[in-house]
Amino acid sequence: MSRRALVRSAAIAALLAALVVLPHFLQFHHQDFLIFLGINVLVVVSYRLMTLTGEWSLIHVVMMGVGAYASALLAKQLGVSFWLSMPMAGVVAASVAALLSFPLFRMTQFYFLIGSFAVGEAIRLAWIYFVFPFGGSSGINNVPVPELGGLDFFEPVTYFYLVLAVVTLSLAILYRIENSRIGLTLLAVHWKAPLAESVGVDTWRYRALAFVVASFFVGIAGALKVHYLGIVTPHQFGVGVMVFVLIWVILGGYNTFFGPVIGAVVLSILDEAIRQFNDELSDIVNFDFAVMRPAIYGVLLIVVIMAMPRGLESIAPNIATWLRERRGR
Amino acid sequence: MELFLQSIVNSLIQGGFFALWAVGLVLVFGVMGVVNFAHGELVMVGAYCIWLMHAQYETPYLVALVLAVLVVMLLGVGMERFLFRPKREDVLGGLINSIGMLFILQVAAHVVGGTGPAKQVAPPFSGTLVLGELLRLPYQRLFALAVSAAALLVLFYFLTRTRLGWSLRAVALDREAAALQGININRTSMIAIGVSGALAGLAGALMAPMTNIYPHMGHNVIITSFIVTIVGGIGSLSGAVLAAFLYAFLHTFVTAYVSGTVATMSGLLIMVLVLIVRPTGLVGQRVSE
Repeated sequence: MSRRALVRSAAIAALLAALVVLPHFLQFHHQDFLIFLGINVLVVVSYRLMTLTGEWSLIHVVMMGVGAYASALLAKQLGVSFWLSMPMAGVVAASVAALLSFPLFRMTQFYFLIGSFAVGEAIRLAWIYFVFPFGGSSGINNVPVPELGGLDFFEPVTYFYLVLAVVTLSLAILYRIENSRIGLTLLAVHWKAPLAESVGVDTWRYRALAFVVASFFVGIAGALKVHYLGIVTPHQFGVGVMVFVLIWVILGGYNTFFGPVIGAVVLSILDEAIRQFNDELSDIVNFDFAVMRPAIYGVLLIVVIMAMPRGLESIAPNIATWLRERRGR
Repeated sequence: MELFLQSIVNSLIQGGFFALWAVGLVLVFGVMGVVNFAHGELVMVGAYCIWLMHAQYETPYLVALVLAVLVVMLLGVGMERFLFRPKREDVLGGLINSIGMLFILQVAAHVVGGTGPAKQVAPPFSGTLVLGELLRLPYQRLFALAVSAAALLVLFYFLTRTRLGWSLRAVALDREAAALQGININRTSMIAIGVSGALAGLAGALMAPMTNIYPHMGHNVIITSFIVTIVGGIGSLSGAVLAAFLYAFLHTFVTAYVSGTVATMSGLLIMVLVLIVRPTGLVGQRVSE
């Protein structure tokens, strides 16, 4: 193992160790926050696999919903154990994605963006319209929590460990995919589609493959979410939520594997800080700053896209270059 | 029968609104190459202007209507100057900026109007035209239909009969060639989004007395505009108007006889179908690569 790989493994091990200890120092409220953060990290990283092919979809969050509904229905209506329904959620989301690939990947670029939005919105409206089995607007509640030996998954710390394990494993797999031959082919499909086709790469198949794999993992993220919340509704997967995922990915930067993770973590923490600041301030001044939060996001979005088109991930390299230039002088 | 006749009239009025929404989106996309996700919020701002100026401060409705059109037009021009112009070569950047603007405008509406239930504005034109025994036409709706039809006619005159309109269409066809002919791209962009904003503000102001006004009302506007734009053929104004009325008929009748959810769902599916089977839409033309 090279020195670089060794350092990186050590860093990841240290990060994981820190994450294992961290929840014990936090209040209930922050443990809760950490669980959703873990799930959101899986959402953005799986989305990034999609963007490798150069296609930006607006259906990713709806696929998360497909997984969430699948797991909730399996667990509640058929009494399937969580340990089976969670992977099944991924399989169902992947299968739906495979079916949708046929119409969706006849489009590219802007048309694909709009097409994926339309199909996603139609699926979401179907959840609202078909009260059986999806429960209409109010969705499905009382989704059972996982059971395993004597572990209490009502306890956020225990559930956090579950999320940590699943998300870490998924991230490792996604990282391997990205750095494999398949990942390189996906990049070729993005940047040199005609060339890739001329050497025998079926670009349609690779676009579809990225969509199916991304949907599998986001379906699992959906299952993790629904079994923690105990409820799933169509409104959890609206286009508004998708916009936040886009913001995380774009602000973090989508040129490296960890860019979207940085975006999701930094912005979620910022969001949480604003919320707390708001709670304390609204006691003093009679104004609810909670309604202001989207505007703060909006301003941030515009400022970052104007000042750092490559996202937050470019801060560290930029500083490194700046230091090097200073030393050079 | 009564429901049938009433639905036809409602479809025509809805179609007028749909056309005003979509034409603005098409114009900005054509001339500037920007997908303005905040377009629905421009309509929302128009409606809020009426609520604020007419319902709260008792400005006469027609004066408030003109002011609303001006306010939204200036808002659009400001967006072009500060958000879209620096990102002209970066489609994703322009889109992201419009999403940022969407949030800001929604929050601005929250701050101005406060939270709480949706606002309603009493119709300034009371009275109803009763035709026969079956058809009842409130003057407010007739006014809205007449004004939106007039606005569309003026727009078509502008685009097909004036030099400025020609330059707009030239930029939409080929930006570089237009620039080489001495057409000022910055100025045409500003005019395009100014017209787009004016139409959005007009639509919002006309809708205000007959709809619920709330910060997220733009969501429905943007979904409908996308459906209409794509079914009509991206970049085609006449296609958008045709599709607006067709979709209004479909949406109104399915809503009246089945349900509103199914109406939107079928619209979305028709849009996907058009994207797959005939990406050029009803009127659009094939563009060579």
